[in-house]
Amino acid sequence: MIESHLPAYIALTFVLFSVLIPAFGVWKSELSQPLAVIGSGIAATFSIFGFLNYLNDGALRYYFGGWEPPVGIEFVYDGLSGFFVMVINVVAFFVLIHSHHIAKREFPGKEMPYYAMTMLMLLGFNGMVLTGDLFNLYVFLEISSLSAYALIAIGDKPAPFAAFRYLIIGTAGGTLYLLGVGFLYTVTGTLNIIDMAAMLPELFDNNAVFTALILMIVGIGVKAALFPMHGWLPDAYTYASSSSSALIAPIGTKVAAYILFRIILWLFGVDIADAVAPLTTIVGILAAIGILYGSIMAIAQKEMKRMLAYSSVSQIGYIIMGLSLANPWGFAGALLHVLNHAVMKACLFMISGQMRLKEGHSDITKFDDSYRKKYPWTMAAFTIAALSMVGLPPLAGFFSKWYLVLGTIDNSNWIFLAVILISSLLNAVYFFRILEKVYLMNPSKGQKVSADAEQNESPLSMMLPTGILAVGLIVIGFANAVVVTILLGIYPL
Amino acid sequence: MLDFFTGHYAYWFSIILLCVGLYGILFKKNLVKKTIGLAIFQGSVVLFFVSIASKTGDVTVTVLDSNFPVDQVSNYLNPLPHTLMLTAIVVGVATLGVAFTLLIAIYNRYQTLDEKELIDKIQ
Repeated sequence: MIESHLPAYIALTFVLFSVLIPAFGVWKSELSQPLAVIGSGIAATFSIFGFLNYLNDGALRYYFGGWEPPVGIEFVYDGLSGFFVMVINVVAFFVLIHSHHIAKREFPGKEMPYYAMTMLMLLGFNGMVLTGDLFNLYVFLEISSLSAYALIAIGDKPAPFAAFRYLIIGTAGGTLYLLGVGFLYTVTGTLNIIDMAAMLPELFDNNAVFTALILMIVGIGVKAALFPMHGWLPDAYTYASSSSSALIAPIGTKVAAYILFRIILWLFGVDIADAVAPLTTIVGILAAIGILYGSIMAIAQKEMKRMLAYSSVSQIGYIIMGLSLANPWGFAGALLHVLNHAVMKACLFMISGQMRLKEGHSDITKFDDSYRKKYPWTMAAFTIAALSMVGLPPLAGFFSKWYLVLGTIDNSNWIFLAVILISSLLNAVYFFRILEKVYLMNPSKGQKVSADAEQNESPLSMMLPTGILAVGLIVIGFANAVVVTILLGIYPL
Repeated sequence: MLDFFTGHYAYWFSIILLCVGLYGILFKKNLVKKTIGLAIFQGSVVLFFVSIASKTGDVTVTVLDSNFPVDQVSNYLNPLPHTLMLTAIVVGVATLGVAFTLLIAIYNRYQTLDEKELIDKIQ
């Protein structure tokens, strides 16, 4: 039966292709990118098929080697992990198609190691989401992080330094998580999440359990770029090659957010997490500060990729705020925002990559109205993604914010409500200034109009994925009721 | 109160080592020293895991011993933390490898490994 082995197939696809790419790459380097696209395409098909299977037949637990947990290691394919795996693999598939021309221009000759590394990173992300074992999760965390350091180091001149700072702080975070796992293991004697979740209610006032939760939240918070642990993110995303940031920005921090969801809502449960101190509220406040800080810093940036990076700090705040609300609406809003933000950020980072390919820079101050003639389709996709980030209906970004707002009202949490609304206005400020430069320059006021600009659109292999993601935002916007109904069914309480 | 210190030597040792590593990561300006701090930080967690597996009294390592039948599990040391740490040590070695590779790339581009000088040169 193919269904019962699906979780293992997704991980094994990436293992297989991370070996196939070097094997064929030494022979013909040009084969690396198509192979990576095929690999992630197969994984994306498996994950869509698996999520449909979950909707029909319920959660799936795969025991490796037939060893039953808590002795063996298992992959758990339930609603939450299925949803995240689907988002990761589908977005990665489009980004990898898009990266063909960027790879040729930004790191010619290094395609083979680059794409082998992307496969390893996606293996780490998928493994982290699928695994049902806390230590196994740490191993996958380090697999994905080590490949991500390497991917970030390929890029502009300062890229290795940005990658090194990420390595230091990221490894420290991973080690803190491991220490937290050690505390939990001494208390419960198991590493399996489902097994441990059954034991923790009796240990709600145990100091070791409380300390372990704090260590895990801090360690994973580093990976998720939760304020004030976001310091590595802007440099890393700005200096990395455009295809790396388009691949890591939409999914890297989301996977860390997934671990926070899994730990706080599934492993501990909100009641135990809040038993000694109101931890979920503290996490929510940090997220709220991060939302405002990221938006304000994004306004101050002149470089498009750096602006998008600060915007990522802000957007991850929405997701974690939705988690801290701990009610069904906040949960559904946060997960819908995971999907929306992955699509929006992938689209925007891909557009910044197209600008770098065509213009040689992505400096906002140099944008002008000739772009709307030179790149009509790119700018149309940019407009859709930007308006979705701001949260205009009927685009997808509006609905995730709408459900988050419903969640804050449900908890009577007016401060968080104000933060969401103010942040939407700030988003409008930093995206509309680009749209103004491109579409609204007024010739009568003496501003130059480049009437002689000729259409110079990006190649089809770049425009097609960008366009599909932009159209996807409209589709998700109209289909939001379907998605939210599924997501509300996943909520554990 | 004294028991709190004397009974937990191994844990105090891990905590001190953790703090030394954290100090190196946070306050040292040279990137190689930061990397050494990171290695100490990871080492302290490895030692913590190894120490939680220890038992005193009538116990032996996890090799079947005719004096201790299989059903007397409490007479054997817990092997799981050790096996976990084998993996964690491998992860630590890989991390150091990547870190030193990045340091070589940084040095080739900027001819320095001092954090302040690097930040000045980048801006």
